[in-house]
This record gives sequence, structure tokens and C-alpha cells, in this order.
Amino acid sequence: MRETIQVILIVFLILSAIGVSVTKNLFMAVIVFMGYSSIMAVIWLLLEAPDLSITQAAVGVGVDSILFFLTLKKIHQIKGTEEG
Amino acid sequence: MEWRMWLQKIKDWVDGYTVMIDADMYIANRKRREKWDWRSIIDFIYEKDLHKLHNTLCVMCCVAFIGVMLLVVNDLPQYGNVNNPANNEVSVRYVEEGLEETGAVNLVTGMILDYRAFDTFAEANVLFLSVMGVLFLLKTDKKNDDKQQQMVRKKDAEMEAIEQKPIRQIGAKYLTPFILLYGIYIVINGHISPGGGFAGGVIMGGGMIFYATAFGKEKMEQIFTFRSFANISVGSLLTYFVCKSYSFFTGANHVGWEVPKGVAGNILSAGLILPLNICVGLVVACTMYGFYALYTKGDI
Repeated sequence: MRETIQVILIVFLILSAIGVSVTKNLFMAVIVFMGYSSIMAVIWLLLEAPDLSITQAAVGVGVDSILFFLTLKKIHQIKGTEEG
Repeated sequence: MEWRMWLQKIKDWVDGYTVMIDADMYIANRKRREKWDWRSIIDFIYEKDLHKLHNTLCVMCCVAFIGVMLLVVNDLPQYGNVNNPANNEVSVRYVEEGLEETGAVNLVTGMILDYRAFDTFAEANVLFLSVMGVLFLLKTDKKNDDKQQQMVRKKDAEMEAIEQKPIRQIGAKYLTPFILLYGIYIVINGHISPGGGFAGGVIMGGGMIFYATAFGKEKMEQIFTFRSFANISVGSLLTYFVCKSYSFFTGANHVGWEVPKGVAGNILSAGLILPLNICVGLVVACTMYGFYALYTKGDI
């Protein structure tokens, strides 16, 4: 059971890693990267490294994506806002 | 009469005639030196007809790089093997005597804040220096400002005043205390349970960023100004330095100046690990919030 979950998670990890590099929409890329980080956090937990898991979840999902969104806002790449 | 001519020339040079004439001649006759551009060699890549070649080269480079990486991974020692080079006397010492020597139940924290405390000090300094770099570039004051930036900021402030964000505000109002409490819990329990200064500091900084996105600049400035940012970061770094550098002044092993370890598992135990964890957490929280504030409004 545990190994099946690990294989599923790693397949999703590889798929999202390819998706980040292939997609042309930068906004989408950041969101897929958030998914990548959360999958990575679960994998760290299964590898019995809870310290790394907490840090990965906080940095990868929280702070990294906030900084990416701010950068996208600065270069006017988020649709639906005033800058277009 | 050769020497007399030379004398005349030297005399002219001292008086400044020849230099002027030579300089005039030089200025009149000089030519612009042609710059040699190294791009002229590989100019064919930018031709439109060879665009496909460019793409193929990119893909081939990536495939070659991935192949090399996979080869290296293939040559690494097997995961979990007993005879791996990682299983040496250092890790045995850490696992067997780490609890007794550091007093921390969480051995990772015991390692990074006791055996390798100076590495962590340098890491905290790296964070502090990075936020200083962002500060130098992005902070707006009298000398680093122009009319266009002022216009953009005024427009942003107007937009923020008009914008309705009820979900974010209610969420921030009720969730921020719990996020901060969770971060403080992780920092303070760093030597007992998984976590530690860095993870807890990032969570605290995330909570502060969440509050700042919902309620804006003015509300945040009531509790966290630039002065408190500077005081907290510099104060925690100095506290860390003082806590850890006493072993310099008392000899390498701080014999006779041992900090009492206490009962392992209590919060007030493990010697200096608890204050060091708090220092690292405060520096990280200030750094994360500083990045956000400097990126959005150019001021903390």
C-alpha cells in the first residue's frame, strides 16, 4: 500500500515537473509548481524526514509562490488585474 | 650638430610646443578602432532558416545533460546499503551520544545548532545579507524616487482603497493568530519535535504576509515598522553571536563553562539550543516579511 502511494506520488511529481517547463502560461506554471512542492513535502514525510517536509511545505508552497506572484505582477503577466 | 637639434626638441617639449603639435596631429589623423565582435563567428544560429537547427540543438543538449545526470545517479552507492561511505563513525557518534551531549531529543536540531552552530550562524547571515541587498535596491526614499514611481504608487494605493476583499479580510482576521501561534510552537519545540528555527520562522513570516495582503500598509505599520524590523534582525544575530562565541573566549571545548542541559524532553532543556532557535526564527520571519514588503510597496 505504502509503495503504491509512493509510486503514484512520484509519477505526479515527474508529470508536474514536466508541466512547469512545458506550459507557456506563467501563472499556470507557478500554480503547478505549488503542486510540485506539496507533493515533494509528502514524499519527504514518507522518506522519514519530517523537518524537511515542514520546511518544504512552508517555503515551496508559501513564500516561493508569493514571491513568484509578486514578480509576475511587476512584469504585468497576471490577467484580470488592472495592468492586464 | 645632432645634439643641438635634440636639445631644441627637448626645449620645445619643456615649453609645450611639440606636445601640442603632436596632439593636434594625432587628433586629426586618428581612426576609430574597429571592434571585433565574437558573435560574428556564431552568427548563423540567429538566421531564420536555421531555426529548426536551433531547436534540435536545444533538445539534444537537454537530453545529453539528463543522460549524464542519470549515469552519475546510476553510479551512486545503493540506497540503504550498510557499507556506504555515509555510514562512518561520525553519524554513529551523533546517533549514539548526541542526546547525551546536546540534550536535544530532535537530533537534527542538536546537530545544526550545537555541533554545527557556526554553519547555521553563517546561514542566518546569508539571509540577512540578501534582505540587505533587496533593501538597497528597492527601498524608496528621497534620493531613490521619481515621478513615475510616485504615480504608480499613488494609483496602487487608490486601487487598494477601492478594492473589496471580504474573504481575505475575514480569513486573515481569524487565521493569522493561529498561524503565528503554530510558528511559535514549531520554533519553541524545535529541540523536541520536528521543525526548528527556519521552518517556524518561515511560517511566522507567511502569517505576517497574509495579514499584510488583507489589511494593507497602514494597518501593518502599526505593529511592525522599519525600526522594529532592523532592531529584531540585528538584535537576534548579535544574540546568536554572543551565545555561541563564548567557547572562543573560554578555550575550544568551553571546559568549566558548560551550560546545564536539563532533563531531555522538557522545553527548558538542551542548553543554548532554545535561545538559538528563537534567534534564527526571528531573523527568518523578518527576512520573509521584508522581501514581501520591499517588493510590493518599496518600504517596510
